[in-house]
Amino acid sequence: MNLEQLQRAVFEVTRQPLTPSEKMRPRLPDGRSVREIADALIKPNDRMTSFQRLQVYSQQYWFRILASLSEDFPGLRSLIGKRKFEKLSVAYLNECPSQSFTLRNLGSRLETWLRKHPEYVAGVECVAIDMVRLEWADIEAFDGLELPRFAADDSGKLSGDTTFCLQPHLHLLDLAYPVDELLLRIREIDSKSDTVSNAVLKFPRPSRIRRSSLPRPKNVHLAVYRLNRTVYFKRLTRDGFALLQALGEGKPLEKALEASLLRTRRSVGRVSAQLKKWFQDWSYLGWFAQQP
Amino acid sequence: MPANRFNGNSDYGVGIGLRLPHYQHIFSKKPLVDWFEIISENFMVEGGRPLEVLDQILERYRVVQHGVSMYFGSAEPLNREHLARLKSLVKRTKTPWLTDHLCWGSVDGRYTHDLLPMPYTFEAARKTAQKIREARDFLEVPIAVENVSSYAEFHVSEMTEWEFLNEVVEDADCGILLDVNNIYVSSRNHDFDPFEYLDSVPADRVAQIHIAGHTKYQKLILDTHDHPVIDPVWALYARAIELAGPTATLLEWDDRIPSFDEVHREALKAKRYLPTQLQEAS
Repeated sequence: MNLEQLQRAVFEVTRQPLTPSEKMRPRLPDGRSVREIADALIKPNDRMTSFQRLQVYSQQYWFRILASLSEDFPGLRSLIGKRKFEKLSVAYLNECPSQSFTLRNLGSRLETWLRKHPEYVAGVECVAIDMVRLEWADIEAFDGLELPRFAADDSGKLSGDTTFCLQPHLHLLDLAYPVDELLLRIREIDSKSDTVSNAVLKFPRPSRIRRSSLPRPKNVHLAVYRLNRTVYFKRLTRDGFALLQALGEGKPLEKALEASLLRTRRSVGRVSAQLKKWFQDWSYLGWFAQQP
Repeated sequence: MPANRFNGNSDYGVGIGLRLPHYQHIFSKKPLVDWFEIISENFMVEGGRPLEVLDQILERYRVVQHGVSMYFGSAEPLNREHLARLKSLVKRTKTPWLTDHLCWGSVDGRYTHDLLPMPYTFEAARKTAQKIREARDFLEVPIAVENVSSYAEFHVSEMTEWEFLNEVVEDADCGILLDVNNIYVSSRNHDFDPFEYLDSVPADRVAQIHIAGHTKYQKLILDTHDHPVIDPVWALYARAIELAGPTATLLEWDDRIPSFDEVHREALKAKRYLPTQLQEAS
Protein backbone atom coordinates (compact mmCIF):
# COMPACT_ATOMS: atom_id res chain seq x y z
CA MET A 1 0.00 0.00 0.00
CA ASN A 2 1.50 3.32 -1.02
CA LEU A 3 1.13 6.68 0.75
CA GLU A 4 -1.84 7.82 -1.31
CA GLN A 5 -3.75 4.56 -0.85
CA LEU A 6 -3.10 4.53 2.89
CA GLN A 7 -4.29 8.11 3.35
CA ARG A 8 -7.44 7.51 1.30
CA ALA A 9 -8.21 4.39 3.36
CA VAL A 10 -7.74 6.19 6.69
CA PHE A 11 -9.80 9.19 5.58
CA GLU A 12 -12.59 7.01 4.24
CA VAL A 13 -12.94 5.29 7.59
CA THR A 14 -12.46 8.25 9.93
CA ARG A 15 -14.90 10.50 8.07
CA GLN A 16 -17.83 8.09 8.44
CA PRO A 17 -20.32 9.56 10.91
CA LEU A 18 -20.05 8.20 14.45
CA THR A 19 -22.74 6.09 16.13
CA PRO A 20 -25.16 7.77 18.57
CA SER A 21 -22.78 6.74 21.37
CA GLU A 22 -19.93 8.51 19.52
CA LYS A 23 -18.10 5.35 18.46
CA MET A 24 -16.78 4.45 15.04
CA ARG A 25 -19.29 2.49 12.94
CA PRO A 26 -18.47 -1.22 12.50
CA ARG A 27 -19.08 -1.15 8.73
CA LEU A 28 -18.58 1.24 5.84
CA PRO A 29 -21.59 2.08 3.64
CA ASP A 30 -20.42 -0.57 1.13
CA GLY A 31 -20.49 -3.23 3.85
CA ARG A 32 -16.77 -3.62 4.43
CA SER A 33 -15.70 -4.29 8.02
CA VAL A 34 -14.01 -1.29 9.64
CA ARG A 35 -12.35 -3.59 12.15
CA GLU A 36 -10.67 -5.52 9.34
CA ILE A 37 -9.54 -2.30 7.66
CA ALA A 38 -8.18 -0.97 10.96
CA ASP A 39 -6.39 -4.25 11.69
CA ALA A 40 -4.74 -4.12 8.28
CA LEU A 41 -3.58 -0.52 8.74
CA ILE A 42 -2.91 0.14 12.41
CA LYS A 43 -0.72 -1.60 14.97
CA PRO A 44 -2.53 -2.45 18.21
CA ASN A 45 -0.83 -2.12 21.59
CA ASP A 46 -1.43 -3.77 24.95
CA ARG A 47 -4.11 -1.20 25.84
CA MET A 48 -5.95 -0.47 22.60
CA THR A 49 -7.00 -2.44 19.55
CA SER A 50 -6.32 -1.15 16.04
CA PHE A 51 -10.00 -0.19 15.81
CA GLN A 52 -9.83 1.82 19.05
CA ARG A 53 -6.69 3.65 17.98
CA LEU A 54 -8.21 4.65 14.65
CA GLN A 55 -11.39 5.63 16.45
CA VAL A 56 -9.48 8.36 18.33
CA TYR A 57 -8.93 10.13 15.02
CA SER A 58 -12.49 9.62 13.83
CA GLN A 59 -13.81 11.11 17.06
CA GLN A 60 -11.41 14.06 16.86
CA TYR A 61 -12.48 14.71 13.27
CA TRP A 62 -16.16 14.81 14.08
CA PHE A 63 -15.88 16.65 17.40
CA ARG A 64 -13.79 19.35 15.77
CA ILE A 65 -15.93 20.02 12.71
CA LEU A 66 -19.23 19.74 14.58
CA ALA A 67 -18.05 22.22 17.20
CA SER A 68 -16.87 24.59 14.50
CA LEU A 69 -20.18 24.51 12.60
CA SER A 70 -22.12 24.95 15.82
CA GLU A 71 -20.04 27.99 16.70
CA ASP A 72 -20.67 29.52 13.26
CA PHE A 73 -24.44 28.95 13.14
CA PRO A 74 -25.88 29.60 16.62
CA GLY A 75 -29.02 31.07 15.05
CA LEU A 76 -29.87 27.94 13.09
CA ARG A 77 -29.03 25.81 16.12
CA SER A 78 -31.43 27.77 18.32
CA LEU A 79 -34.09 27.69 15.66
CA ILE A 80 -34.24 23.92 15.28
CA GLY A 81 -32.77 22.79 18.62
CA LYS A 82 -29.51 21.08 19.52
CA ARG A 83 -30.43 17.51 18.51
CA LYS A 84 -31.82 18.40 15.10
CA PHE A 85 -28.89 20.73 14.51
CA GLU A 86 -26.42 17.92 15.24
CA LYS A 87 -28.29 15.58 12.90
CA LEU A 88 -28.30 18.25 10.19
CA SER A 89 -24.60 19.01 10.76
CA VAL A 90 -23.56 15.37 10.47
CA ALA A 91 -25.56 14.93 7.26
CA TYR A 92 -24.20 18.16 5.76
CA LEU A 93 -20.57 17.52 6.67
CA ASN A 94 -20.82 13.92 5.52
CA GLU A 95 -22.01 15.08 2.10
CA CYS A 96 -19.93 18.26 1.96
CA PRO A 97 -16.61 17.63 3.72
CA SER A 98 -14.30 20.62 4.12
CA GLN A 99 -12.58 21.68 0.93
CA SER A 100 -10.67 24.52 2.52
CA PHE A 101 -7.52 24.74 4.61
CA THR A 102 -9.47 26.80 7.13
CA LEU A 103 -12.47 25.81 9.25
CA ARG A 104 -13.80 29.30 8.62
CA ASN A 105 -15.22 28.08 5.29
CA LEU A 106 -16.94 24.99 6.69
CA GLY A 107 -20.42 26.48 6.28
CA SER A 108 -19.91 27.93 2.82
CA ARG A 109 -22.14 25.33 1.13
CA LEU A 110 -24.75 25.03 3.86
CA GLU A 111 -27.40 27.20 2.20
CA THR A 112 -27.21 25.31 -1.10
CA TRP A 113 -27.23 21.97 0.69
CA LEU A 114 -30.17 22.96 2.87
CA ARG A 115 -32.24 23.93 -0.18
CA LYS A 116 -31.74 20.37 -1.43
CA HIS A 117 -32.48 18.85 1.99
CA PRO A 118 -35.33 20.85 3.54
CA GLU A 119 -36.33 17.75 5.54
CA TYR A 120 -33.66 18.67 8.11
CA VAL A 121 -35.49 21.92 8.91
CA ALA A 122 -39.03 20.66 8.39
CA GLY A 123 -41.65 23.15 9.48
CA VAL A 124 -39.27 26.12 9.50
CA GLU A 125 -37.70 25.74 6.05
CA CYS A 126 -37.87 29.35 4.89
CA VAL A 127 -36.87 30.96 8.16
CA ALA A 128 -34.01 28.45 8.55
CA ILE A 129 -32.63 29.18 5.10
CA ASP A 130 -32.87 32.92 5.74
CA MET A 131 -31.02 32.40 9.03
CA VAL A 132 -28.23 30.45 7.32
CA ARG A 133 -27.87 33.17 4.68
CA LEU A 134 -27.62 35.81 7.40
CA GLU A 135 -25.09 33.85 9.49
CA TRP A 136 -22.92 33.13 6.47
CA ALA A 137 -23.04 36.82 5.43
CA ASP A 138 -21.99 37.67 8.99
CA ILE A 139 -18.91 35.41 8.65
CA GLU A 140 -18.05 36.89 5.25
CA ALA A 141 -18.46 40.47 6.49
CA PHE A 142 -16.27 39.84 9.55
CA ASP A 143 -13.04 39.30 7.66
CA GLY A 144 -13.88 40.26 4.09
CA LEU A 145 -11.70 42.58 2.08
CA GLU A 146 -12.07 46.34 2.59
CA LEU A 147 -10.94 48.40 -0.38
CA PRO A 148 -10.05 52.10 -0.08
CA ARG A 149 -13.24 54.03 0.43
CA PHE A 150 -14.94 56.23 -2.16
CA ALA A 151 -16.98 59.15 -0.88
CA ALA A 152 -20.11 59.49 -2.97
CA ASP A 153 -21.72 62.06 -0.69
CA ASP A 154 -20.85 65.04 -2.92
CA SER A 155 -23.57 65.06 -5.57
CA GLY A 156 -21.38 67.39 -7.65
CA LYS A 157 -19.06 64.44 -8.27
CA LEU A 158 -21.83 62.21 -9.55
CA SER A 159 -23.36 61.93 -12.98
CA GLY A 160 -25.66 59.46 -14.67
CA ASP A 161 -22.61 57.62 -16.02
CA THR A 162 -20.93 57.21 -12.62
CA THR A 163 -20.37 53.58 -11.69
CA PHE A 164 -19.80 52.29 -8.19
CA CYS A 165 -17.91 49.51 -6.58
CA LEU A 166 -19.39 48.17 -3.36
CA GLN A 167 -17.12 47.01 -0.54
CA PRO A 168 -16.50 43.26 -0.76
CA HIS A 169 -17.49 42.90 2.91
CA LEU A 170 -20.95 44.40 2.23
CA HIS A 171 -23.65 41.76 1.66
CA LEU A 172 -27.20 42.58 0.58
CA LEU A 173 -29.86 40.11 1.69
CA ASP A 174 -33.47 40.05 0.60
CA LEU A 175 -35.08 38.08 3.43
CA ALA A 176 -38.57 36.66 3.76
CA TYR A 177 -38.35 36.65 7.57
CA PRO A 178 -36.93 39.21 10.03
CA VAL A 179 -34.17 36.84 11.10
CA ASP A 180 -31.87 39.75 11.91
CA GLU A 181 -33.97 40.55 14.99
CA LEU A 182 -34.16 36.88 15.86
CA LEU A 183 -30.39 36.37 15.63
CA LEU A 184 -29.70 39.42 17.81
CA ARG A 185 -32.18 38.05 20.35
CA ILE A 186 -30.48 34.65 20.31
CA ARG A 187 -27.07 36.24 20.77
CA GLU A 188 -28.37 38.22 23.73
CA ILE A 189 -29.75 35.07 25.37
CA ASP A 190 -26.51 33.16 24.63
CA SER A 191 -24.31 35.92 26.02
CA LYS A 192 -26.26 35.90 29.28
CA SER A 193 -25.89 32.13 29.69
CA ASP A 194 -22.32 31.98 28.42
CA THR A 195 -19.61 30.65 30.67
CA VAL A 196 -15.99 31.74 30.48
CA SER A 197 -14.55 28.91 28.44
CA ASN A 198 -12.31 28.64 25.45
CA ALA A 199 -12.67 24.91 25.03
CA VAL A 200 -12.77 24.23 21.32
CA LEU A 201 -14.33 20.81 21.52
CA LYS A 202 -17.29 21.72 23.65
CA PHE A 203 -20.65 22.88 22.42
CA PRO A 204 -21.66 26.28 23.71
CA ARG A 205 -24.82 26.03 25.81
CA PRO A 206 -27.51 26.57 23.20
CA SER A 207 -30.57 28.71 23.51
CA ARG A 208 -33.76 27.29 22.01
CA ILE A 209 -36.38 29.39 20.30
CA ARG A 210 -39.91 28.12 20.88
CA ARG A 211 -41.93 27.43 17.76
CA SER A 212 -44.61 29.81 19.04
CA SER A 213 -42.15 32.68 19.24
CA LEU A 214 -40.85 32.32 15.70
CA PRO A 215 -41.17 35.48 13.63
CA ARG A 216 -44.01 35.91 11.17
CA PRO A 217 -43.09 36.36 7.50
CA LYS A 218 -42.01 39.91 6.74
CA ASN A 219 -39.90 41.02 3.82
CA VAL A 220 -36.67 42.57 5.11
CA HIS A 221 -34.00 44.20 2.97
CA LEU A 222 -30.78 43.96 4.88
CA ALA A 223 -27.21 45.16 4.52
CA VAL A 224 -24.61 43.14 6.45
CA TYR A 225 -21.35 45.06 6.64
CA ARG A 226 -18.33 45.83 8.74
CA LEU A 227 -17.41 49.14 10.30
CA ASN A 228 -14.50 49.59 12.71
CA ARG A 229 -13.95 45.84 13.18
CA THR A 230 -17.61 45.19 14.02
CA VAL A 231 -20.24 43.57 11.82
CA TYR A 232 -23.58 45.38 11.68
CA PHE A 233 -27.02 44.63 10.23
CA LYS A 234 -28.83 47.61 8.69
CA ARG A 235 -32.32 47.46 7.29
CA LEU A 236 -32.89 49.27 4.01
CA THR A 237 -35.95 50.47 2.21
CA ARG A 238 -36.99 48.43 -0.78
CA ASP A 239 -35.94 51.28 -3.13
CA GLY A 240 -32.57 51.75 -1.50
CA PHE A 241 -31.90 48.02 -1.52
CA ALA A 242 -32.80 47.74 -5.22
CA LEU A 243 -30.58 50.69 -6.09
CA LEU A 244 -27.61 49.26 -4.19
CA GLN A 245 -28.12 45.89 -5.84
CA ALA A 246 -28.13 47.48 -9.28
CA LEU A 247 -25.02 49.53 -8.47
CA GLY A 248 -23.36 46.38 -7.16
CA GLU A 249 -24.08 44.71 -10.49
CA GLY A 250 -21.99 47.45 -12.13
CA LYS A 251 -24.79 49.50 -13.68
CA PRO A 252 -24.09 53.24 -14.07
CA LEU A 253 -26.08 55.44 -11.70
CA GLU A 254 -28.78 56.39 -14.21
CA LYS A 255 -29.31 52.81 -15.37
CA ALA A 256 -29.19 51.57 -11.78
CA LEU A 257 -31.89 54.05 -10.83
CA GLU A 258 -34.05 52.97 -13.75
CA ALA A 259 -33.53 49.31 -12.95
CA SER A 260 -34.27 49.75 -9.27
CA LEU A 261 -37.41 51.78 -9.98
CA LEU A 262 -38.55 49.10 -12.37
CA ARG A 263 -38.00 46.53 -9.66
CA THR A 264 -39.90 48.51 -7.07
CA ARG A 265 -42.40 50.19 -9.43
CA ARG A 266 -41.79 53.60 -7.86
CA SER A 267 -41.45 56.92 -9.67
CA VAL A 268 -38.24 58.94 -9.89
CA GLY A 269 -39.98 61.78 -8.10
CA ARG A 270 -40.72 59.65 -5.05
CA VAL A 271 -37.14 58.56 -4.55
CA SER A 272 -35.15 61.56 -5.79
CA ALA A 273 -35.52 63.41 -2.51
CA GLN A 274 -34.04 60.42 -0.71
CA LEU A 275 -31.12 59.93 -3.08
CA LYS A 276 -28.85 62.54 -1.55
CA LYS A 277 -29.46 61.24 1.95
CA TRP A 278 -28.84 57.65 0.87
CA PHE A 279 -25.53 58.45 -0.72
CA GLN A 280 -24.48 60.48 2.32
CA ASP A 281 -25.37 57.62 4.66
CA TRP A 282 -23.84 54.89 2.54
CA SER A 283 -20.65 56.89 2.09
CA TYR A 284 -20.45 57.51 5.82
CA LEU A 285 -20.80 53.78 6.43
CA GLY A 286 -18.00 53.14 3.95
CA TRP A 287 -20.03 50.99 1.59
CA PHE A 288 -18.54 52.44 -1.59
CA ALA A 289 -15.04 51.47 -2.62
CA GLN A 290 -12.67 53.05 -5.08
CA GLN A 291 -12.65 51.19 -8.37
CA PRO A 292 -9.86 48.60 -8.20
CA MET B 1 23.60 28.11 20.04
CA PRO B 2 20.11 29.16 18.98
CA ALA B 3 20.89 31.25 15.94
CA ASN B 4 21.10 29.01 12.92
CA ARG B 5 20.08 29.08 9.30
CA PHE B 6 16.84 27.27 10.12
CA ASN B 7 15.52 30.10 12.27
CA GLY B 8 16.84 32.96 10.20
CA ASN B 9 19.91 33.32 12.45
CA SER B 10 17.66 34.94 15.03
CA ASP B 11 18.13 35.04 18.80
CA TYR B 12 14.58 34.63 20.09
CA GLY B 13 14.05 33.60 23.72
CA VAL B 14 10.85 32.44 25.40
CA GLY B 15 7.53 33.30 23.76
CA ILE B 16 3.87 32.40 24.04
CA GLY B 17 1.05 31.81 21.59
CA LEU B 18 -1.08 34.82 20.68
CA ARG B 19 -4.60 33.85 21.73
CA LEU B 20 -7.88 35.76 21.58
CA PRO B 21 -8.70 35.76 25.33
CA HIS B 22 -5.45 37.68 25.94
CA TYR B 23 -5.89 40.43 23.34
CA GLN B 24 -7.39 42.93 25.77
CA HIS B 25 -4.63 42.38 28.33
CA ILE B 26 -1.89 42.67 25.71
CA PHE B 27 -3.26 45.90 24.25
CA SER B 28 -4.00 47.56 27.57
CA LYS B 29 -1.03 46.39 29.66
CA LYS B 30 1.56 46.04 26.88
CA PRO B 31 3.40 43.27 28.75
CA LEU B 32 7.03 42.54 28.02
CA VAL B 33 7.06 39.39 25.90
CA ASP B 34 10.03 38.27 23.87
CA TRP B 35 7.89 37.06 20.97
CA PHE B 36 4.48 35.73 20.01
CA GLU B 37 3.70 32.71 17.90
CA ILE B 38 0.62 33.14 15.71
CA ILE B 39 -1.43 30.43 14.02
CA SER B 40 -0.97 31.44 10.39
CA GLU B 41 -4.41 30.25 9.26
CA ASN B 42 -6.16 32.59 11.74
CA PHE B 43 -4.71 35.53 9.86
CA MET B 44 -4.86 34.29 6.27
CA VAL B 45 -7.98 36.37 5.69
CA GLU B 46 -8.64 39.38 3.51
CA GLY B 47 -9.41 42.00 6.13
CA GLY B 48 -11.22 42.93 9.30
CA ARG B 49 -10.40 42.45 12.93
CA PRO B 50 -7.85 39.60 12.59
CA LEU B 51 -5.50 41.64 10.42
CA GLU B 52 -6.02 44.85 12.39
CA VAL B 53 -5.14 43.02 15.60
CA LEU B 54 -2.10 41.49 13.95
CA ASP B 55 -0.87 44.87 12.72
CA GLN B 56 -1.19 46.28 16.24
CA ILE B 57 0.80 43.34 17.62
CA LEU B 58 3.47 43.76 14.95
CA GLU B 59 3.99 47.39 15.96
CA ARG B 60 5.30 46.26 19.33
CA TYR B 61 6.26 42.59 19.23
CA ARG B 62 8.21 40.01 17.25
CA VAL B 63 6.04 37.35 15.69
CA VAL B 64 6.73 33.86 14.34
CA GLN B 65 4.21 32.05 12.15
CA HIS B 66 3.08 28.53 12.99
CA GLY B 67 0.79 26.72 10.56
CA VAL B 68 -1.63 23.86 11.05
CA SER B 69 -2.77 22.92 7.55
CA MET B 70 0.11 22.88 5.09
CA TYR B 71 0.09 19.09 5.35
CA PHE B 72 3.56 18.42 3.98
CA GLY B 73 2.88 14.71 4.46
CA SER B 74 -0.29 14.51 2.38
CA ALA B 75 0.23 12.60 -0.85
CA GLU B 76 -1.54 15.30 -2.86
CA PRO B 77 0.31 18.41 -4.10
CA LEU B 78 0.56 21.60 -2.04
CA ASN B 79 -2.48 23.87 -2.18
CA ARG B 80 -1.40 26.85 -4.30
CA GLU B 81 -4.08 29.18 -2.93
CA HIS B 82 -2.94 28.34 0.58
CA LEU B 83 0.68 29.04 -0.32
CA ALA B 84 -0.17 32.38 -1.96
CA ARG B 85 -2.09 33.54 1.10
CA LEU B 86 0.68 32.31 3.36
CA LYS B 87 3.28 34.23 1.41
CA SER B 88 1.25 37.39 1.70
CA LEU B 89 1.14 36.87 5.48
CA VAL B 90 4.89 36.15 5.60
CA LYS B 91 5.50 39.52 3.96
CA ARG B 92 3.26 41.20 6.51
CA THR B 93 4.77 39.59 9.62
CA LYS B 94 8.37 39.31 8.37
CA THR B 95 8.57 36.05 10.31
CA PRO B 96 12.23 34.99 10.42
CA TRP B 97 11.22 31.35 10.08
CA LEU B 98 8.00 29.49 9.56
CA THR B 99 6.78 26.23 11.06
CA ASP B 100 4.18 23.59 10.32
CA HIS B 101 3.70 19.96 11.21
CA LEU B 102 5.26 16.77 9.97
CA CYS B 103 1.90 15.15 9.29
CA TRP B 104 -0.85 14.74 6.74
CA GLY B 105 -4.45 15.90 6.82
CA SER B 106 -5.95 16.26 3.37
CA VAL B 107 -7.01 13.76 0.72
CA ASP B 108 -8.22 14.63 -2.79
CA GLY B 109 -8.79 18.26 -1.79
CA ARG B 110 -10.81 17.34 1.29
CA TYR B 111 -9.50 18.52 4.66
CA THR B 112 -9.60 16.73 8.01
CA HIS B 113 -8.36 19.74 10.02
CA ASP B 114 -6.37 17.26 12.07
CA LEU B 115 -2.66 16.44 12.39
CA LEU B 116 -2.60 12.82 11.25
CA PRO B 117 0.48 10.66 11.86
CA MET B 118 2.70 9.64 8.97
CA PRO B 119 3.47 6.10 7.93
CA TYR B 120 7.23 6.04 8.50
CA THR B 121 8.22 4.83 5.05
CA PHE B 122 10.96 5.93 2.69
CA GLU B 123 8.35 6.80 0.06
CA ALA B 124 6.54 9.09 2.51
CA ALA B 125 9.80 10.71 3.63
CA ARG B 126 10.84 11.43 0.04
CA LYS B 127 7.47 12.93 -0.95
CA THR B 128 7.22 14.98 2.25
CA ALA B 129 10.73 16.39 1.84
CA GLN B 130 9.93 17.35 -1.76
CA LYS B 131 6.88 19.33 -0.64
CA ILE B 132 8.84 21.10 2.12
CA ARG B 133 11.45 22.17 -0.43
CA GLU B 134 8.74 23.42 -2.81
CA ALA B 135 7.07 25.43 -0.05
CA ARG B 136 10.37 26.93 1.12
CA ASP B 137 11.35 27.93 -2.42
CA PHE B 138 7.98 29.59 -2.96
CA LEU B 139 7.72 31.29 0.44
CA GLU B 140 11.39 32.33 0.56
CA VAL B 141 11.64 31.81 4.31
CA PRO B 142 13.30 29.02 6.34
CA ILE B 143 10.90 26.23 7.28
CA ALA B 144 11.03 24.03 10.37
CA VAL B 145 8.77 20.99 10.75
CA GLU B 146 7.22 19.93 14.04
CA ASN B 147 6.98 16.36 15.29
CA VAL B 148 3.34 15.66 16.19
CA SER B 149 1.71 13.68 19.00
CA SER B 150 0.20 10.46 17.75
CA TYR B 151 -2.27 7.85 18.90
CA ALA B 152 -1.75 5.25 16.18
CA GLU B 153 1.12 3.62 14.29
CA PHE B 154 0.98 2.02 10.86
CA HIS B 155 2.00 -1.54 10.00
CA VAL B 156 3.71 -0.29 6.83
CA SER B 157 6.25 1.80 8.77
CA GLU B 158 9.83 0.93 7.89
CA MET B 159 11.56 2.96 10.62
CA THR B 160 11.01 4.71 13.95
CA GLU B 161 9.46 8.16 14.16
CA TRP B 162 12.79 9.79 14.94
CA GLU B 163 14.48 8.02 12.04
CA PHE B 164 11.68 9.27 9.80
CA LEU B 165 12.12 12.83 11.12
CA ASN B 166 15.85 12.65 10.38
CA GLU B 167 15.21 11.24 6.92
CA VAL B 168 12.80 14.07 6.05
CA VAL B 169 14.80 17.00 7.43
CA GLU B 170 18.06 15.79 5.86
CA ASP B 171 16.40 15.29 2.48
CA ALA B 172 14.54 18.63 2.65
CA ASP B 173 17.47 20.38 4.32
CA CYS B 174 15.03 22.08 6.68
CA GLY B 175 14.83 22.84 10.37
CA ILE B 176 13.02 21.11 13.22
CA LEU B 177 10.44 22.54 15.57
CA LEU B 178 11.09 20.12 18.37
CA ASP B 179 7.99 19.60 20.48
CA VAL B 180 9.17 17.87 23.64
CA ASN B 181 5.62 17.44 24.93
CA ASN B 182 4.69 15.64 21.72
CA ILE B 183 7.68 13.34 22.14
CA TYR B 184 6.52 12.57 25.68
CA VAL B 185 2.89 11.97 24.64
CA SER B 186 3.87 9.68 21.76
CA SER B 187 6.44 7.84 23.89
CA ARG B 188 3.71 6.94 26.38
CA ASN B 189 1.21 6.01 23.68
CA HIS B 190 3.69 3.85 21.77
CA ASP B 191 5.99 2.68 24.57
CA PHE B 192 9.36 4.04 23.49
CA ASP B 193 12.10 5.87 25.38
CA PRO B 194 11.66 9.63 24.79
CA PHE B 195 15.33 10.26 25.54
CA GLU B 196 16.37 7.85 22.79
CA TYR B 197 14.21 9.96 20.43
CA LEU B 198 15.73 13.24 21.66
CA ASP B 199 19.29 11.98 21.49
CA SER B 200 18.86 11.01 17.86
CA VAL B 201 17.55 14.39 16.70
CA PRO B 202 20.14 16.38 14.72
CA ALA B 203 20.62 19.19 17.25
CA ASP B 204 22.06 21.60 14.72
CA ARG B 205 18.74 21.61 12.86
CA VAL B 206 16.59 22.57 15.85
CA ALA B 207 15.13 25.99 15.06
CA GLN B 208 12.60 26.17 17.86
CA ILE B 209 11.20 24.16 20.77
CA HIS B 210 7.57 23.72 21.85
CA ILE B 211 6.50 22.93 25.39
CA ALA B 212 2.91 22.23 26.46
CA GLY B 213 0.60 20.36 28.79
CA HIS B 214 -1.55 17.35 27.96
CA THR B 215 -4.31 15.16 29.38
CA LYS B 216 -3.85 11.62 30.61
CA TYR B 217 -6.68 9.14 30.02
CA GLN B 218 -6.90 5.52 31.05
CA LYS B 219 -5.53 4.07 27.82
CA LEU B 220 -3.74 6.97 26.17
CA ILE B 221 -2.49 10.53 26.54
CA LEU B 222 -4.07 13.26 24.42
CA ASP B 223 -2.17 16.36 23.39
CA THR B 224 -4.74 18.87 24.64
CA HIS B 225 -2.60 21.94 25.42
CA ASP B 226 -4.83 22.70 28.40
CA HIS B 227 -2.55 22.15 31.40
CA PRO B 228 0.80 23.35 32.74
CA VAL B 229 3.93 21.52 31.61
CA ILE B 230 4.60 18.42 33.72
CA ASP B 231 8.00 17.59 35.22
CA PRO B 232 8.88 14.71 32.84
CA VAL B 233 8.37 17.12 29.92
CA TRP B 234 10.58 19.71 31.62
CA ALA B 235 13.20 16.99 31.94
CA LEU B 236 13.02 16.41 28.20
CA TYR B 237 13.26 20.16 27.65
CA ALA B 238 16.39 20.31 29.81
CA ARG B 239 17.95 17.56 27.71
CA ALA B 240 16.95 19.33 24.47
CA ILE B 241 18.64 22.54 25.66
CA GLU B 242 21.69 20.54 26.65
CA LEU B 243 21.89 19.11 23.14
CA ALA B 244 20.85 22.08 21.00
CA GLY B 245 21.87 24.99 23.21
CA PRO B 246 19.50 27.78 24.27
CA THR B 247 16.80 27.78 21.61
CA ALA B 248 13.70 29.85 20.84
CA THR B 249 11.03 28.28 23.04
CA LEU B 250 7.27 28.56 22.91
CA LEU B 251 4.61 27.46 25.39
CA GLU B 252 1.39 26.25 23.75
CA TRP B 253 -1.80 26.71 25.76
CA ASP B 254 -4.88 26.46 23.55
CA ASP B 255 -7.74 25.22 25.63
CA ARG B 256 -9.11 26.30 29.04
CA ILE B 257 -6.74 29.21 28.65
CA PRO B 258 -5.89 30.89 31.97
CA SER B 259 -4.92 34.54 32.41
CA PHE B 260 -2.15 36.03 30.34
CA ASP B 261 0.08 36.31 33.41
CA GLU B 262 -0.38 32.66 34.31
CA VAL B 263 0.47 31.50 30.79
CA HIS B 264 3.47 33.80 30.60
CA ARG B 265 4.72 32.71 34.03
CA GLU B 266 4.49 29.07 32.98
CA ALA B 267 6.44 29.80 29.78
CA LEU B 268 9.17 31.69 31.62
CA LYS B 269 9.90 28.60 33.72
CA ALA B 270 11.85 27.52 30.65
CA LYS B 271 14.56 30.01 31.63
CA ARG B 272 15.50 27.78 34.56
CA TYR B 273 17.06 25.41 32.07
CA LEU B 274 19.25 27.98 30.38
CA PRO B 275 22.95 28.24 31.31
CA THR B 276 23.40 30.44 34.40
CA GLN B 277 24.93 33.40 32.56
CA LEU B 278 21.95 33.52 30.16
CA GLN B 279 19.45 33.32 33.04
CA GLU B 280 21.09 36.37 34.59
CA ALA B 281 21.18 38.26 31.29
CA SER B 282 17.48 37.65 30.65
